Amino acid sequence: MKVYTPLTDEVIEKLRAGDKVELTGIIYVARDSAHKRFVEALSKREPLPFDPKGQVIYYMGPSPAPPGKPIGSAGPTTSGRMDPYTIPLLEAGIKGMIGKGERSPQVKEALKKYKAVYFATLGGAAALIASRIKEAKVIAYEDLGAEAVMRLYVEDFPVIVVNDIYGGDAYEAGRAAYRLI
Amino acid sequence: MREIHCSVITDTVARLCQEANFYLGEDVIKALEEALAKEESPLGKEILSQILENSKVAAQEKLPLCQDTGLAVVFLELGQDVHIVGGNLYEAINEGVRRGYKEGYLRKGVVDKPFSARKNTGDNTPAIIHTEIVPGDKIKITVCPKGGGSENMSALAMLTPAAGREGIINFVVSTVEKAGANPCPPIIIGVGIGGNFEYVAYLAKKALLRPLGQPHPDPEMAELEREILERVNKLGIGPQGFGGRVTALAVHAEVAPCHIASLPVAVNIQCHSARHKEAVI
Repeated sequence: MKVYTPLTDEVIEKLRAGDKVELTGIIYVARDSAHKRFVEALSKREPLPFDPKGQVIYYMGPSPAPPGKPIGSAGPTTSGRMDPYTIPLLEAGIKGMIGKGERSPQVKEALKKYKAVYFATLGGAAALIASRIKEAKVIAYEDLGAEAVMRLYVEDFPVIVVNDIYGGDAYEAGRAAYRLI
Repeated sequence: MREIHCSVITDTVARLCQEANFYLGEDVIKALEEALAKEESPLGKEILSQILENSKVAAQEKLPLCQDTGLAVVFLELGQDVHIVGGNLYEAINEGVRRGYKEGYLRKGVVDKPFSARKNTGDNTPAIIHTEIVPGDKIKITVCPKGGGSENMSALAMLTPAAGREGIINFVVSTVEKAGANPCPPIIIGVGIGGNFEYVAYLAKKALLRPLGQPHPDPEMAELEREILERVNKLGIGPQGFGGRVTALAVHAEVAPCHIASLPVAVNIQCHSARHKEAVI
């Protein structure tokens, strides 16, 4: 199904764990060090580098853009490392996250409470994923290098809903279906 | 004594850093194709096809296979009859990493002061360098860019001798189970057995350099690899953790003698983007 960002509650209510989704619109890139700064800013009641309402964060640190391309390779990083920073960002209005790997029980609960979804995209298919990113711009924390915050414009960016607002978990369901021990 | 100039080492390392990140090994491609044939999950099959497609795009466009172009792990087999001239060997290797990562538009992913400033060093140095002195007058250099996601899921245990073979298998399987979707399955599992605390981790990493499809030459070890692989693939984690038959492409184990009191085991997890390239000078 095609979904446009920013995300609305109406769209989020329709998404179920395991759904394949193609995202189009603006998404924001941030990983470990940027998350640390986001949460420090929120605790001091300072604004984030972008208005978080309804937005989607992609956990990613791209390789540098070669000449003539908007971005280098751009696959997801492991989401679990962002778990300690996630709940304050959901409180601030973030509605979607893209990464890879399992989230903590606390984050999964918070997705229900704040009506937000966690998507995965294909880890290690970074050259392929880059072709869906049409524009990329560093908007904050340039000193962090590969960990700077970016704004991307993506078209038909392929993701799978891992955790929905109903407690569904695509990893748990998938593993249960094929487990033999 | 054969003289080898540092500039040759730098040039070689710079080239290998790029080749390793752009071109997936033929053995890995073959293993992924076999996995695609074996996988029963439709989503798993689709993911494996995309991983194969990604390797084609990366090679054609000279884009990194994965944005995590890794910490540069460099294995040196230094012939004892080689005399390095024109500079410092390790500095020559780091200069090669610096150049390779810059010229190849590879991501610089190393930070200094790990628990405080975590400032990016800006050029992906320092490399992790392992040196073995071997007979001969050549240098073999293997560059193995290792991503953080799979490295973070690796583990080491100092088992007791009583734990035995079953203890080893259980530790490997539980490490893979805990890792779940995080290390980008299908994975390759490097297992070190024996030695001591630091050597067993080295063995596990070195095991990852063996070409896929090549079991350990010792039948007892080959049987252990086969059994661990079978158990791991019963976990159902599957490609990218969405469920399936192929959680791991291979298990490679290496073994060394150890202390009478110990049974060290290390598990080094490698993602499907299993990158390493070598050259002999």
